[in-house]
Amino acid sequence: MDLMFKTALDVSRIRNDFPILHRQVNGQDLVYLDNAATSQTPLPVIDAISDYYKHTNANIHRGVHALSQEATDQFEQARQKIQVHVNAAHAHEIILTSGTTHAINLVASGFTSLLQKGDELIVSALEHHANIVPWQMLCERTGAKLLVIPMTENGTLDMEAYKGLLSSRTKVVFVNHVSNALGIINPIESIISQAHDVSAAVLIDGAQATPHMVPDVQALDVEFYTTSAHKICGPTGIGMLYGKEEWLRKLPPYQGGGEMIDQVTFEKTTYADLPHKFEAGTPNIAGGVGFGAAIDYMQGIGFDAIAAHENDLLQHATEKLKRIEGLHIYGDVSQKVAVISFNVAGIHPYDIGTLLDKMGIAVRTGHHCCQPIMDFYKIPGTIRASFAFYNTHEEVERFVAGVEKAVDMLR
Amino acid sequence: MSITEKQQEIVAEFALFDDWMQRYEYMIELGKSLPLISPEYKNDDHIIKGCQSKVWVHATLDDDKIAFTADSDAIITKGIIAILIRVFSNQHPKEILASETGFIDEIGLKEHLSPTRANGLVSMIKQLKMYALAYQTQLS
Repeated sequence: MDLMFKTALDVSRIRNDFPILHRQVNGQDLVYLDNAATSQTPLPVIDAISDYYKHTNANIHRGVHALSQEATDQFEQARQKIQVHVNAAHAHEIILTSGTTHAINLVASGFTSLLQKGDELIVSALEHHANIVPWQMLCERTGAKLLVIPMTENGTLDMEAYKGLLSSRTKVVFVNHVSNALGIINPIESIISQAHDVSAAVLIDGAQATPHMVPDVQALDVEFYTTSAHKICGPTGIGMLYGKEEWLRKLPPYQGGGEMIDQVTFEKTTYADLPHKFEAGTPNIAGGVGFGAAIDYMQGIGFDAIAAHENDLLQHATEKLKRIEGLHIYGDVSQKVAVISFNVAGIHPYDIGTLLDKMGIAVRTGHHCCQPIMDFYKIPGTIRASFAFYNTHEEVERFVAGVEKAVDMLR
Repeated sequence: MSITEKQQEIVAEFALFDDWMQRYEYMIELGKSLPLISPEYKNDDHIIKGCQSKVWVHATLDDDKIAFTADSDAIITKGIIAILIRVFSNQHPKEILASETGFIDEIGLKEHLSPTRANGLVSMIKQLKMYALAYQTQLS
């Protein structure tokens, strides 16, 4: 089978970087296909975090002693790596957050003082709850109205409808780069430029895109872009918000505390400059170091090679799955990452997911934090297999055979 | 047969299988024998909260003993509720309220369920005992 897919990646060598991929689950070799939920962590990232605690651990930005300065350097180097990776103009446009959810809440909260009753926000029907709820809360606070770009049957956004929603009342548009439930790549270039035509700001949730491609925030000309480190082989609890400098200056601080202040008196506090204005409290320093190491690791493998191999896996799995009677893939379009969301007629997704787990195969089942999409298709959820560059064609074969076996047992 | 005897019977049945795939196959079979809830009760009033798949349960009192009926949109969940109903059906409410459910750990069912299903299992047992409590109050 491997002969059919010419790939530049030495996957067996790469897999040696991931100890967890060699463990067994329920007596079977693990096949990990829940990468869209969280990716696994390679040794260089684990080592970077471990080394940080072994040799450098200190609080940052304040201490005069050597450890504090080294820790500060490592944390700030991570920020610079992220800046270079997403091609931001300045390192201070990168805010280190606890993850994408934190980043979106930071922006949505900041818009409270910038919106008025009657203003409109536009969200897509494909969003994760994390890119819906903070904005709904913003609407409750400000009296702004939330409009939704509808989706079509094949899972893509209705761009004609989007055009109709835009007006001078539109203040912010927020859309994911890639849908986490379906894996579809949204036409964000067009979404951003059309939003700019009516002077609206745009936030792109890149959590599901960054494992597969490199965003260029300057080329996109986007106001805000966010992702989480754990989606791209980094640790959990750390992520980033890119914001255009002028916009980060417009938004008020999100949380108060140490690190984010300039001068504090009981009469008035002045805030620190970017990026510290948005980084109250001691940050996840080791997480930041791990985030930087993860970017180094992914770049070392190369995103072109990653995308090519993942696309091979996607084509292989899609073609094989489609042979199973009654199996339906949601969002089966050409513009997508290596994610397959599917159901088998007459069978609950949990049943298939449970049996796959018994066979050592990890997939996600459920609504994937996207209940509006499930409501659109009138289904309780889907089975989602999401692939990473360290997955193999043998694993695709085992996964498809596992689905076939589960379907046989459940029919 | 008492609740404890029924539990022992189920523990013995599960011990016959070599691996968890076979046990799941058996659970799927048990699901097919589930005494089905009447369609009129298959509504939100009878749904068990805390399960990721939908589970409906209804109970009637007949000659001081409770008869449970149920359904689910997932087959394995149907098997799980079928096991519980086999244990608790045709028992006096007092017996149900006094019963222990250690047999679930004995057959290893809980550790082989995903956390969401395990939470669902706890919710199911709670719901069955709630029915028992309601009828016990009615009887006394």
